[in-house]
Amino acid sequence: MNAQEEDRIKQLLKQTLPPVESNAEPERDLWPAVLRRLDGDVAQRKAVPWFDWALLGGLAVFAVSFPATIPVFLYYL
Amino acid sequence: MANGSSTVPSTMLQRFRDGDLDAFEALFREHQRPVYGWILRMVRNTAAAEDLTVETFWRIHRAHDRFQPEYPFGPWARRIATRAALDWLRAQRPEVELTAEMAGTLPSAPAGNPAINAEIRSKTALAFSRLPPSLRAAAILAVVEEQPHKEVAAALGITVGAVKLRVFRALRLLRKDLERQGIKP
Repeated sequence: MNAQEEDRIKQLLKQTLPPVESNAEPERDLWPAVLRRLDGDVAQRKAVPWFDWALLGGLAVFAVSFPATIPVFLYYL
Repeated sequence: MANGSSTVPSTMLQRFRDGDLDAFEALFREHQRPVYGWILRMVRNTAAAEDLTVETFWRIHRAHDRFQPEYPFGPWARRIATRAALDWLRAQRPEVELTAEMAGTLPSAPAGNPAINAEIRSKTALAFSRLPPSLRAAAILAVVEEQPHKEVAAALGITVGAVKLRVFRALRLLRKDLERQGIKP
């Protein structure tokens, strides 16, 4: 591709996709949305993931099935 | 944000780094417009640009302890905004996102040249939407928005030479795609 072709493609691109105005700004205040996102993040961090509950459940079932292993578990805690 | 200058005092930047929400809000108020404008240039969709601005500031807040207050906030925010916009571009189906927005809701300068007819514009937009997102971002920022290569490079986290190479590859792919569609640029 030579320089002339490159310039023609550039012009075509500029005509097709005109530049965005430099003073463009959001139509609404985005701060409340940012705060909601941060709150959601905190709530998510506080929530216990499902696999933790599954692990706990598995341990409980194991302890009920083999009660003799409970002292061994306690020893290694 | 373009030159990284800021009216936010350096103590504010330190407080933001320490996790102070008021400092974060002050930085948000100062930088939301340039961040939004930068994202809008990349994605060319006002609703997506608003969502991505929120996403960007959420990422900024999450990374507050990695921010270095001795460096300006603007370019750092712009890099994060660029990554968020690129993630969005990668998640979009090609051939859809640009054409609808071009119908007129974008706050842009008039397209102008009547010599280029609607069909050619439509085919160019289609060809452009088929480009890989990394090439599209470089081309739109450097060619359409005429941003300095140095700023584009900083935002994309690549060298100036790599920006030039991406622009060249984008233009070459565009030409090939247009030729396949029966247009000789």
